[in-house]
Amino acid sequence: MTASQGIKYKAEPADQILVTPLDSLTLVYQRRSGITHIVAEPAPEILAAMGTDAMTADEVAQRLAAQFDFDGTQAADIIAARLNELADLGLVERCHA
Amino acid sequence: MHEFRVQVGPAAFRIGSQWKRPLDQLAEFYRDYPVPEIPDYSVRLESVSLLRRFIRPSVAINGDYMLPDAAPLPLAQGLLAAEMAMNLQMALGWRRHLLLHASAVEKDGRALIMTGQSGSGKSTLAAMLGHRGWRFMGDEFVLVDLDSGDAVPFPRLISLKNEAIGAMMATALDGRFGPLMPETPKGDIRHMVPPADAIAAMSRPARPALLLFPSFGFDAAFREVGPSEVFMRLTQASTNYVALGEKGFSTLTRFVQTVPARAIDYRDGIEAEALVNQLWAECV
Repeated sequence: MTASQGIKYKAEPADQILVTPLDSLTLVYQRRSGITHIVAEPAPEILAAMGTDAMTADEVAQRLAAQFDFDGTQAADIIAARLNELADLGLVERCHA
Repeated sequence: MHEFRVQVGPAAFRIGSQWKRPLDQLAEFYRDYPVPEIPDYSVRLESVSLLRRFIRPSVAINGDYMLPDAAPLPLAQGLLAAEMAMNLQMALGWRRHLLLHASAVEKDGRALIMTGQSGSGKSTLAAMLGHRGWRFMGDEFVLVDLDSGDAVPFPRLISLKNEAIGAMMATALDGRFGPLMPETPKGDIRHMVPPADAIAAMSRPARPALLLFPSFGFDAAFREVGPSEVFMRLTQASTNYVALGEKGFSTLTRFVQTVPARAIDYRDGIEAEALVNQLWAECV
């Protein structure tokens, strides 16, 4: 069991961010802070997949695995690391169960 | 306190000075520019102390927006101090447009914008192209309209540095040049009045059509610069991107998504002009 398991994450509401994909990176402007974040995949995909739900890293991985062709169980740790980075940026919120 | 007023593009300045000479120089070089009634910014050229107004006079730059640690300049560089003060007001205070530290020229209603570090040659290239069939729009700031995305001219005096001084004096034989100011903090500087058509059309915007990142001193070459890299470079080249908030974001993202960008290397003006013409034909 990883440290991130059990922690739920909630994405910044879609109406609070402006997402602009460019060639290799994606810009995420956060209305609340006025900060422009420059992120690479899979960060934009994670934010889009989470919608308004509070989810664990495993749940996000499973949802992404259903959309993209990969094994969700193997990707959970990677997704957890990205979620923690997004939480540090303020683009997702950690909601402890 | 002596006073001089000038309108440059959309910005109106009032310059006050304890000495008459820098304002006489400004009045001479800006004689074809409009005189505004209500200034956007006031700047003041003042002595650092009562004594230094008369003995080895030294000009401190004050105004609506100031840098507390800006070093004073000798009175002989008073014109430079006034230009720096006006630039400072724009860099720190302007909110009506997205402000890019860049030069620009126009042809057929479309703007070629050039940005880069000091010494990249963006100012010299704009000055040179302004004498070779392009309309000079500015060598310091490009103002991007927050609604239309158009580039708005800001054709202040052209600031030529070091080798560019001789190059432009050879190119613009009918040009009006300011006094040579040797050994300023930025090297040798000589100002040049923009061509008459640039001043006459300074309220006419142009649609950004090509962005160049010039590098002086390398064999002629160019490469495509992708939108992500352009975005990062332009956020660094903008002094008010963060202050503009969401408007700044939407304006800059539209710019990087619609304006093709190339980095160019060149060794002299002839090479640069050939590259510019080639890329203009390919991209615009």
